[in-house]
Amino acid sequence: MNRHAPRARNRAGVWATGFLATGLLGLACLLPGFARAAAPADLEDRVREIASEIRCVVCQNLSVADSPSDLAKEMRSLVRELVQQGKSPKEIQDYFVSRYGEFALLSPPKRGFNLLVWVLPFLAIGVGAWVVYLVVRRWTESSVTGRPPVDPAYAERVRRELEEREGH
Amino acid sequence: MTWKKLLIPLASVPVILLLAYGFWTDPKAIPSPLVQKAAPDFRLADFDGKELSLAGLKGTPVVLNFWASWCYPACYDEAPLLESTWRKFKDQGLMVVGVDIQDKEPNAREFIKRFNFTFPNGPDPGSKVSIDYGVYGVPETFFIDRQGRIAYKHVGALSPALMEEQVQALLKGR
Repeated sequence: MNRHAPRARNRAGVWATGFLATGLLGLACLLPGFARAAAPADLEDRVREIASEIRCVVCQNLSVADSPSDLAKEMRSLVRELVQQGKSPKEIQDYFVSRYGEFALLSPPKRGFNLLVWVLPFLAIGVGAWVVYLVVRRWTESSVTGRPPVDPAYAERVRRELEEREGH
Repeated sequence: MTWKKLLIPLASVPVILLLAYGFWTDPKAIPSPLVQKAAPDFRLADFDGKELSLAGLKGTPVVLNFWASWCYPACYDEAPLLESTWRKFKDQGLMVVGVDIQDKEPNAREFIKRFNFTFPNGPDPGSKVSIDYGVYGVPETFFIDRQGRIAYKHVGALSPALMEEQVQALLKGR
């Protein structure tokens, strides 16, 4: 009997903790739902954020968030619907990619061949800066060392021709 | 010293390769990721009020065409071919379904009347079906085999030869 009493108390403790944890977890799960329902502006912000990363497929380089086209409008409503269903931005992007391919993303994902798009501009800036550095160094070096020596015969000829011109 | 002379030609090799790759690929060719995959299920209420779904057409090869009455001339060019294909192959088990997108109902009904469409056609409110099929514009046509897979996708007006070839392939498939 004595030996059972602590075990029973323990079991009650475990149950109480379990109830409390489940209750808290349930509350935590409900809270975002309340928050979403209470703040429609927040929903629109999220829709805009996701839609601005998805390409309007009938436009030239416009996102679904920025395009006034009918298809973009309908894609925006679909994004809103998916957000309301609790889909994450990644899941929504994946949905559009599964339908339209990676073209549906306004910025290409940073992997594979696409990496070139991300790396090349910085590489070009780096190489350009290096070339500018070399050119500037050459300029400053030549101005420090001064002018190259002039052939005396040539200098004499220039002087004579200038004098002739002024004489006329 | 020699490596410096080689530097410029060597550096230009990747640039030339990149340009060659760019020039050899067609920027307008955007392959659909849906081809050879399961066709997304769709539900349509056609202009006669009848419900239609892909799930309900299981085991039937389907030609799914996206059109609009404002899509001139491509949709007007291929419309008679859609109707004649439907009449020619419906007894062999082919289904032709038209999805009218971003259209006004009276104009769409006028289009259906003009081409005497007898196969089911329905509007796509909210462009849900169009987006689910990754449609860019009209016309686009999906050839769905008996297993419910998209066997082929065609962008632009269909030619009789292409239609014949794709429909025969669908009907042959088991």
